[in-house]
Amino acid sequence: MKPNAKNSRGVVERTLASIVDALEHAFYAEELTKTNGLLQRIDPRVKIVALLPLVVIAALARKLWVIVALFVVAVAVATLSNVPLRTLAKRVWLGVLTFSGVISLPALFLTPGRTLYTLPLLGWIVTAQGLRAALYLIMRAETAATFSVLLVLCTPWSNLLKALRVLRVPIVLVVVLGMTYRYIFLLLRSAHDMFRSRKSRMVGRLDGREQRRAATASVGVLMSKTLQLSGDVYLAMRSRGFQGEVHVLDEFRTGWFDWIMSAVFVTVAALALWFGR
Amino acid sequence: MTVPIFELRDVTYRYHEVTALDGLNLTIMPGERVSLLGANGSGKSTLLSILDGLCFPEKGSIAFQGEPLTDDRLGGEVEFDFRRKVALVFQNPDVLLFNPTVFDEVAFGPLQMQWPKERILLRVNEMLDQMEIAHLKDRSPHHLSTGEKKRVALASVLILDPDVLLLDEPTAALDPKSESQMIDFLVSCSGGRKTVVTATHDIDLVEDIADTCHVFQRGRIVATGAPSVILNDHALLLSTNLIHAHRHAHAPGDLHSHPHRHGHRH
Repeated sequence: MKPNAKNSRGVVERTLASIVDALEHAFYAEELTKTNGLLQRIDPRVKIVALLPLVVIAALARKLWVIVALFVVAVAVATLSNVPLRTLAKRVWLGVLTFSGVISLPALFLTPGRTLYTLPLLGWIVTAQGLRAALYLIMRAETAATFSVLLVLCTPWSNLLKALRVLRVPIVLVVVLGMTYRYIFLLLRSAHDMFRSRKSRMVGRLDGREQRRAATASVGVLMSKTLQLSGDVYLAMRSRGFQGEVHVLDEFRTGWFDWIMSAVFVTVAALALWFGR
Repeated sequence: MTVPIFELRDVTYRYHEVTALDGLNLTIMPGERVSLLGANGSGKSTLLSILDGLCFPEKGSIAFQGEPLTDDRLGGEVEFDFRRKVALVFQNPDVLLFNPTVFDEVAFGPLQMQWPKERILLRVNEMLDQMEIAHLKDRSPHHLSTGEKKRVALASVLILDPDVLLLDEPTAALDPKSESQMIDFLVSCSGGRKTVVTATHDIDLVEDIADTCHVFQRGRIVATGAPSVILNDHALLLSTNLIHAHRHAHAPGDLHSHPHRHGHRH
């Protein structure tokens, strides 16, 4: 059950709420990968090869209309892949807009150029060139983030990792990513139980100092548990024959649909690269 | 003369100031079903880690099939061979399940042993069917129930068909149905060629899964014998915290207290 934010008791309940939210998001993401959408039907290797260039091109394109066109493509792909736009707006676009908006805010006023608007009282001038620079940054970030998130939302994490390995991404990186994802859940559950237990024994409200002390103590305990767990996991791996080199199974099969979609994405990327240069 | 699978002489192991095993002597023969009985913290899990070559005695010696088992000797081909023959199922299944899917988890051992791909695919699917977890093969292990996790952990170890199976509290935290399935599996190991060493404090399990019991207390073996002998020694079980006395009634109005075991037999 998600705690009511209005009755917040500070760091303990806020942390609990964040943990529950992270778990819910992870479960939701896995359900989405099982639907029969456009991206879900494509071989993960093709998806990586098709979508990652679009991320890079969106970040490097010099024409605003090209970036906007790529954004429209991303939205269309999301719709065809059963990803609710509301989810994208809430989880991606809003966050990216806030982040890139804050970064690009000074450009509105500091870029020299034609005056568009003068802020009352402060007298700061918003220039056309400044607005253009801010729009570029925001649209690039939104488009690149949308393609990246679509890749993750529509591919089971295990397949994504396998595809990275098949595409010759260093095995150490792939194994570390996989185990991080795997054990982050255990850690979250552990933290969740710890905060719930603390909450069940709390009466009244902690002051700021006590909250900080409680949070620090929890971090310490979690750290200790993590170290213990990582040691045990290493022993379990060794017990099953791990001697430093991890071997993985490549079970992917590429069909005609994958080749067609690959051609479509490569064409879109080539066009964007050509017109956006 | 048959060479013992494991032979431990005067084995001592400490975690900093805490002595986990204290001058332990133990011999386990091939095909033997051994139960290590003891309360929490009596040294059973440490012994299993030593038998699996995951930690090594501070004092004393351990031999596997007549050859010394030391950190220096384990490595390369020797370790490869040892890992194929000896497998440990940890008490906490989360420790053993570190792969993204159940299928990958079961395939991990064979992949490290560098089996051919076709053999891995065939054996993993067979093992998933055998353990009745084929429907879970694409699931992430962290989404499973404890009973399912234990079965996946067991499958991921059994696929290598080890000669020696080391089990740490195999029925801990299981619901009654999962516990019954686990016991059925352990019983099915009887009469086979596998050596099965089970660490447990569940004494109702012992008669079904072991030919020999070693009772542990503070890192030492305080008694050894057949389950029927050990389980009838109430003074021993009481002194090693394996049974306890609490108030109960056999009939209405018959409230009394004495040491006793739970469980039942037909």
